Amino acid sequence: MQTIKQAVAGTVESSDAQVMILPQAGGLKITLDSSVYDQYGQHIIALIIETAQALGLDDALIKVVDKGALDCTIKARVETAYYRAIGQTTNLPWGCSKWQ
Amino acid sequence: MTISFHHHLRDGDYVVNMVMKEIHKLGIKDLTVCASSLGKAHDYLVPCIEDGTVTGISTSGIRDEIGEVVSKGKLKHPAVIRSHGGRARAIEDGTIKIDVAFIGASTSDVYGNASGKGGKSDTGVLSYADGDAKYANRVVVITDTIVASPNFPASIEGVDVDYVVKVDSIGDPAKIATGALRLTKDTRELNMAREVAKCMYHSGYFKDGFSFQTGAGGSSLATTVFLKDYMQQADIKCGWAMGGVTEPIVDLFKAGFVNKVLDDQSFDLAAVASAHQPGHFEISASQYANPFNKGAFVNQLNFVILGALEVDTDFNVNVVQGSNGVLRGAPGGHPDTAAGADVTIIVAPLIRSRMPTVRDRVTSITTPGESVDIIVTDYGVAVNPNRQDLLAAFKDTTIPLKTIEELRDLAYQYAGKPAPVEFDDQVVALVEYRDGTIIDTIRKPKHLN
Repeated sequence: MQTIKQAVAGTVESSDAQVMILPQAGGLKITLDSSVYDQYGQHIIALIIETAQALGLDDALIKVVDKGALDCTIKARVETAYYRAIGQTTNLPWGCSKWQ
Repeated sequence: MTISFHHHLRDGDYVVNMVMKEIHKLGIKDLTVCASSLGKAHDYLVPCIEDGTVTGISTSGIRDEIGEVVSKGKLKHPAVIRSHGGRARAIEDGTIKIDVAFIGASTSDVYGNASGKGGKSDTGVLSYADGDAKYANRVVVITDTIVASPNFPASIEGVDVDYVVKVDSIGDPAKIATGALRLTKDTRELNMAREVAKCMYHSGYFKDGFSFQTGAGGSSLATTVFLKDYMQQADIKCGWAMGGVTEPIVDLFKAGFVNKVLDDQSFDLAAVASAHQPGHFEISASQYANPFNKGAFVNQLNFVILGALEVDTDFNVNVVQGSNGVLRGAPGGHPDTAAGADVTIIVAPLIRSRMPTVRDRVTSITTPGESVDIIVTDYGVAVNPNRQDLLAAFKDTTIPLKTIEELRDLAYQYAGKPAPVEFDDQVVALVEYRDGTIIDTIRKPKHLN
């Protein structure tokens, strides 16, 4: 179990997503508000869980407001929020994420 | 009973809400509203729909709150979505019988010779009200500016008018015509606009005296700038431009690159001002786009540049229904101009906020693929295989040709294939093609339950 603090990444501009990570015990909980929920909601939730798990984030509340971001954007926002949440500011795995 | 309105006052319209509030007070029920278009300014129709005052709608635009309430199935009868030409036809052939036409007019004399010009709320033209005045049982002109008789030239003639009603204000001039629509600086839109102009230049129809129409979207508007360069290069002039007139068209007209302007709707202040000038002519909706009269100008168009919410691999276009199933658009003159023009060009980004524009199937059809020739996107240009002449003309150019299937595959590759939206059985709207046939039905999306 990692020690995390509340962190956020991304914006609510069109084609972006805002990801907020909050400390919470008892597994991963995702909330998703998406402009394309009906077409891509389940896919996006699965992507967020997959990305979080690959980062080793097992206990957290992840709140995502999606404005039609592509997968690459959503992954990048989750990763950034994660590194901010664990306070890692150096040795960031640029362009080569752990989950790959 | 059927009542009618026009939408020349656009987002600044006070007339529809003003009339509907009085009707509401009188407790009249079960009305059909036949509007040339509906938008934000007409939101008083929402409570009228919810309590059965209005049970039927015929319109081009169906969006915002009205789009939502109709999508939810609150309107008793399915809404009928008609193009501008289709509405003119339906009024003339008797499909729609208007009992009372309410016509907001910028100016009128006491006998109802009414015009879109002058007054406090200058709309330039009153094209869409022409058929209403000529065919309705009762015609009511509503104006805030009574002028001395005769108010000539009159778009609406006093011989057709039963009542003239003076009110304090028919609209908010600031919202009737938007100020200068700024030309886009968005690189993606500019690149698409450049490809559109290039397609026109190489099409074989780009000759002295050519005619065209563009929409008011970013890329469509920007096309005019590149068009000017190509006209200079080829040393030709445009015979006439038609539309939905906007400032870039007016600029070309003033600079002598466009000889005449045919106006069925003035979109901005520059267009409204230009409507007062010689060479800038008001045309009625029927003259513009009616498929069944003998001289509609859409049939003389060489080019039309149009937008799309969705395009499918059969080149069908949807401009009415969002990809989530909710009504949020308007056919306007889309199917009319597409059917009439020699070259119909659709310009749209391949993906908008993850939603693929080019896809296997449009959510509903507004304009059939057989009348669509070229799709210009930011990832390439697809030509309808029916147009071998255009494919041959574009062969040795720098136009980035792709098949429509390749564009769809690219969209799905970047965005993923969208899960299909689920619908209930309830039909909430019918999309009527310009000739009166039903080209598609729109059902209530399940997520609105």
